[in-house]
Formats: sequence, C-alpha cells, structure tokens
Amino acid sequence: MYEGPVQDLIDELGRLPGVGPKSAQRIAFHLLAAEPADIARLQDALQRVKEGVVFCEVCGNVSEETQCRICRDARRDSTVVCVVEEPKDVVAVERTREFKGRYHVLGGALDPLSGVGPDQLRIRQLLARLGAADGGAEISEIIIATDPNTEGEATATYLVRMLRDFPGLTVTRLASGLPMGGDLEFADELTLGRALSGRRAM
Amino acid sequence: MYVRQLQVSDFRSWVQADVAFEPGVSVLVGQNGQGKTNLVEALGYVATLGSHRVATDAPLVRHGAEHAVVRAAVVNDGRELLVELEITPGRANRARVNRGPVPRPREVLGILRTVLFAPEDLALVRGDPGERRRCLDELLVSRAPRYAGVRADYERVLKQRGALLKTAGAARRAGGKGDIRTLDVWDGHLARHGAELLAGRLDLVADLAPHVTRAYADVAPESRPAVIGYRSSLGDALPEGVGRPDGPRADLAALEAALLEELGRVRSQEVDRGVCLVGPHRDELELALGELPAKGYASHGESWSFALALRLGAYELLRADGSEPVLVLDDVFAELDRRRRQQLAKVASAAEQVLVTAAVGEDVPDELAGARYEVRDGEVRRAS
Repeated sequence: MYEGPVQDLIDELGRLPGVGPKSAQRIAFHLLAAEPADIARLQDALQRVKEGVVFCEVCGNVSEETQCRICRDARRDSTVVCVVEEPKDVVAVERTREFKGRYHVLGGALDPLSGVGPDQLRIRQLLARLGAADGGAEISEIIIATDPNTEGEATATYLVRMLRDFPGLTVTRLASGLPMGGDLEFADELTLGRALSGRRAM
Repeated sequence: MYVRQLQVSDFRSWVQADVAFEPGVSVLVGQNGQGKTNLVEALGYVATLGSHRVATDAPLVRHGAEHAVVRAAVVNDGRELLVELEITPGRANRARVNRGPVPRPREVLGILRTVLFAPEDLALVRGDPGERRRCLDELLVSRAPRYAGVRADYERVLKQRGALLKTAGAARRAGGKGDIRTLDVWDGHLARHGAELLAGRLDLVADLAPHVTRAYADVAPESRPAVIGYRSSLGDALPEGVGRPDGPRADLAALEAALLEELGRVRSQEVDRGVCLVGPHRDELELALGELPAKGYASHGESWSFALALRLGAYELLRADGSEPVLVLDDVFAELDRRRRQQLAKVASAAEQVLVTAAVGEDVPDELAGARYEVRDGEVRRAS
C-alpha cells in the first residue's frame, strides 16, 4: 500500500478494464514522473470524453455532432447497413476499408444475466431506419456483424426474426471461419466445423 | 499411455514435488494428510481440467501462493508430450504443450486420459443426479474433447435463458406481463446445443452400458445384474430406443426438434416458475440392480460395487476406443472387501499404467506389487 494520492490513483486505474494491479501501479508511477503539460493534456481528454461526446442520432456511434462522420458522408452507400454491438466494432470493420455502407450500433447484445433485453438495445431505432427512407435511398441489405459468441448469436437470431417481414430486404450474417495466414491444423474444432458448414463453391 | 513424470508446485499442500513414474503399477504409500491424493488430483486436473474433489480452483492453490503449476510428461504410443498448466483462481488458466503456449487450456484435453476411482465415487450411486451427469460428461469429453466446448456453450445458453425466465416469472408474479419476446431465440439455441450434448450422452450410455454390466458381474457375481440407462427430460418424446446398446444412434436433428417442441409445451409452466424444465441439465443416468433402482435399494457393498463397475466400465470403453487410459485408484482398497479388491487388482494389473494411493501398504493386494513410493514430510521417495 502506498500513501494517499498515489494509492488513490492506483485504485482508480485498477478499476479500468484490462488493467491489473501491477499495470495500475506502473501507470501511476509513470504519471507521477510525467511533465505537467502531459498531465494537463490527459486531464483535458478525460474531461472532453464525458462532456463533448454524443451518440449519433442515426446510427448510435460515438460522435462529436448530432450525426457522426459516417452518417454525414454522402459518398457512402446508404442502402447497405452493417449492424454491430459496439462503437469499437465500427472501427474494426472500417479498418478493412472494404465496407462502403453505413452502420447501426446496437449498444450491446441480448444478455438477460445483465438485464439487457431488446429495449435496452437500439433495435427500435433500426426498425425505424428501415421504415423511413434513409438519406434518400431505401435500405436493401442488413449485414449482421454481432460477436460470434452465445449473446451475439442470440442477438443475430432475434434480429433475423424481426427483419424477415420487411419486403425486399436482404439480411446477411458475417461468415465465421478460418483466420487468414493460419494453419488448418491449429484451428479449433468449432471454428473448423463452422468453416466447413459455411464453405463455398469455387 | 503412461505418465513418465509429474511435477507440481504450490499445488494443495505441496510446495514442490517431482515424481518419475514408469509403466505398470506405482503405489504411493503414506499416512493420511501427507498429500498422496493431492498428487493424483493434480494428474486428474491435467486430464479433465477439474478436480474430483472440489468444484472451484481456489482450494487447489497452496495457501499463500498466487498460482499453482502442474506439469506432466505423458507418453502415448512412444511419443512424449509435456503438458503444463498454471492454475490461478478467479482467472483463466494458462496452458503450454511442449513449452509452447496454446490459445485455450481446453486444447490439452485428450493428451492425458485417466480413469480415477476414489472414495468420493460412492456419491455416483447415492448422490444427486448432478453427480452422475458430471461423470457422464467427463467421460464424454475424455472420448471426444470437442464436447468440452459443447458443454460450455450449453451451460452459457442455459444460464442466459434461466435469467430471462426468472425475470419474466418475477414480473408475472408482481402482476405484470413479463417480457418473453426473446424467449423463442433462447429456446432455439438451447435446443441446438442441448441436442448436441444429449446426442453425445445417449450414444455414450449405449456404448458404456454393456461394459458396466460386465464389470459389475465380475466384481459382484452373486448380486443381481447391474443396468444403466439414460432418462431424458424429453420423456416419451425421445425417439424410441436411442441410448440403448441395441438401439439406433442418436439423430441430432430429431433431438433438436423434440427439444424445441417440448420447450413449447412447458413454456407457461417455465415462465410461471421461472426455471428451465427441459434439457440435458434435468436428465438422469439411471442405475438399477435387476428391477430396482440402485439408489435407496442397494446395500452398502452393492453401492460400492456399482461405483467401481461404472469406473471400470469407463476404463474398458476408453480402452476399446483404442487408447489405454491411466488408471488411478485413490485410497479405495481400504473400502473394499477381499473379493472386490482381488477383482479390481485383476483389472488393474493388466493396465498399461496404474497409480495407487494407500495409507498402509498392506491394503494393496499382492498382485499390485510394482514400484513403491513413500510420501512423507513434503517429499516423495522411491522405496522399491
């Protein structure tokens, strides 16, 4: 145990996800030795994240204005919408530079253990987007990109049921399979089994 | 297969232990509380990623230590694999095979197979259905490690669905409607994972049953025949004959459909009571002697014989699958009468490797002479 402010800082840092007691201690002493200007910048960033960030009124992604950069971008294809759980998933898909459509961030996945049902997710807003003409063009495809775990799969199944009544709408799910650059022999049996059942003709 | 070397540190009472084994019989002799069982428990952990004595990992780590390490060199068909496990309570374990890390500890399953018979096994006959389901599931994973994933998926869905039913049930009792809009989705996932687990168990029981009956007849020839059977919460909806040795193999699609239908049938009951009423978590491995259920009717000696027959049956089944498991007999000879001891010794002496623990050497039948180790004062010494 350290005295006063140092221990307080370590405790606060230790509460962050992915930070254990050892890392918390390391970060705390790094900050202690840092230049006042660096600390001020960090302080400022922390302040702004709570005050300045809003959620996009269309897709629910983090944004600085009422609509996020992607929803404002007229060059993007508004007929295809990729549905993800969290804003960080938007970043993950964006990194591919393959996807030119728009997003819809649910804000989580169905998780009854944590009290998350359909009303806690932005599903109603998704249905509203489908109902209204979005940016002048009708949505023709929904790509469901929730996590491939128990909760994400349940959410995907639920969405498919909600979306099947929309005429002319194609609903797709991200393929699950083998990582690129990997060896077949190192794939676990579940991934390999899925890759096998989702195989495609060449 | 056989274990060539076992090393543990900060595991249970052991600060450090390093024991070299050979194929054949090894007997660990020592007073109670010296840590014999802890050593075979460590081996069991390598085989099943669980303890046969406790459900959580916390008691496995020596008091005051941060984590325990178990290292086992296993020789299978002349090839040696080194498995290392770091057990940290409250966190995911870490595993290495031949010094290389593996992404999930689950991947070490199947490298070492053990069949362990211990005094706790009396609970297989006299205890709750949960004990027997666990015994089946462990054997299932031992035969096909992929079932570790099936089991984990099923339990996750079961928990989520249970939470949903509980919340909805509580809301209904308070006069509300209860939000069950997503229940159909969870039903579908429960039926899919449940059907896989159920199919695995049914086929396992069909394969295991003749071995258990034979083992029991050897151990207790004067008693009525021992029969095992799988009772599913599906009841009559279970396709005819599956799970019996002479019956058809389980059909995944049919089981999934049957589970889904049954879930639909009991839905209002489930919501009212707030619990999952259908699925492999409600099933039972039935043990019977002649016409009567073993639980409640079997004598003390018969119960012991049945528990022993279940383990020996599992051992024979794994052997018939083509890989000979390591047989571990933890402190059981003192509990058995002369004939059961001899019968057990007969099977054990033919095993590729058998590890025996006993408080006194005289409890171990002469057929199992083999290598002897003394366990005393935190040390294991080869005695003969």
